Amino acid sequence: MAAASLGPGRRLRRFTRTERAVHWVHAAAFLVLLASGLALYLPSLAELVGRRPLLKTIHVYTAVAWILALVLIVVAGDRRSLRQTMHEIDIWDRDDRDWLKRRGSPQGRLNAGQKLNAIVTASFALLFAVTGVLLWYGERNTRFRFADTILIHDWLMYVSFFLFVGHLYLSLIHPTTRHALNGMTRGWVDERWALEHHRKWAEATAAQLESRAAAATDQAALPRS
Amino acid sequence: MSDPDPRPIGRRAFLLLTAGGLSSFAWGGWASRVLAPVTSQFSQLAADVLPVGGWRIYTISGSMPVFDPKVWRLEIGGLVRRPRSFTYADLLALPRVEQVSTFHCVTGWTVQNVHWAGVRFRDLLELVEPLASAHAIRFVSLEQPYTDSLTLEQARLHDVLLAYELDGQPLSRPHGAPARVVIPEMYGYKGVKWLTSMELVGVQPQGYWEGLGYDQDAWVGRSNGRS
Repeated sequence: MAAASLGPGRRLRRFTRTERAVHWVHAAAFLVLLASGLALYLPSLAELVGRRPLLKTIHVYTAVAWILALVLIVVAGDRRSLRQTMHEIDIWDRDDRDWLKRRGSPQGRLNAGQKLNAIVTASFALLFAVTGVLLWYGERNTRFRFADTILIHDWLMYVSFFLFVGHLYLSLIHPTTRHALNGMTRGWVDERWALEHHRKWAEATAAQLESRAAAATDQAALPRS
Repeated sequence: MSDPDPRPIGRRAFLLLTAGGLSSFAWGGWASRVLAPVTSQFSQLAADVLPVGGWRIYTISGSMPVFDPKVWRLEIGGLVRRPRSFTYADLLALPRVEQVSTFHCVTGWTVQNVHWAGVRFRDLLELVEPLASAHAIRFVSLEQPYTDSLTLEQARLHDVLLAYELDGQPLSRPHGAPARVVIPEMYGYKGVKWLTSMELVGVQPQGYWEGLGYDQDAWVGRSNGRS
């Protein structure tokens, strides 16, 4: 096939700056919220760290900053790329569904596992925010106080924690997948890696590059900026 | 090439998951009670690594008070015939009772089978002889500005203790060393930790959390937004 004969080291752009901003805002907020939340939650840490009112302030205002930052990205960022990403996550073709049963069917830019992870993360973000606001306001106003809010917030934390550990393993340690980190830091991934892990997307992107290169040669006489 | 058969699944999955999460306000408490035998074993397992055991430690100030047996005193004064000051040793020498009760926090968590040891307020009150005009006790914590109160009638219930032991150990610092109020029928915010003084008063004052909208009578299941 044509793509296989392409030279090594070609860079395919996988994530836009807006997508990366969403990811890193989420990652940074999650880390601060997890650390401050655990210090509020685990007695051993609570005693070690003390300063509960300060930690509570950090926890609450990090959450506020996290939501504001996400809103800001949507307002000021590349909304088209976000809509495109959401559409990709929404649509599951037969290969995606097969991939969940047994790996190996060719995948698009996001594989089925990544789509699933994005769905769970988005849903949990909303549920964390709702329960968090209720806990925050419930302290002052009994109308916002429900017996199980804190339980739900805790269970979201437990599930997210294990998802987070798995995510870190795949992006930092597992040898065949950790190249993906490059896509989230610098925006591009190596074509050979992409052909192996996201073949349908890699082929389509490579074809696009090629047709663009061909168009550029046709217009070689024109000055470039 | 086979038909890729694309289906819009992602949005639905997101909405379903979110709806499931939000509806857990209706079933989460039930599920957690059903799963309690499993999860409590898990938390017991975790308790060996991280001292969890179901407790959460809530404080309102920068750091927890430190108990020094040489300087700590429990002062009991106000509307009493015989104001007293107890050292830690005095406290331990008073008639000791043990009880197992359940601890309920107003934020929704519960610890079952808590073994307390301490002194009944009934017995303590007999020593100071409240005046007829005394109606309530104001409890003052070393953790400022935490205070709360009980009526004398509430404090005289049979299982209301000034506890100095938890699960066979002297009360630890996070649990309010050396002594805290325990009233199992009420939410934990009534159980003042790091207790340093008790003042008998004619009119029940508002405590720290009551000032933030919590009920004066914190009966478990009958107040604070629960029916």
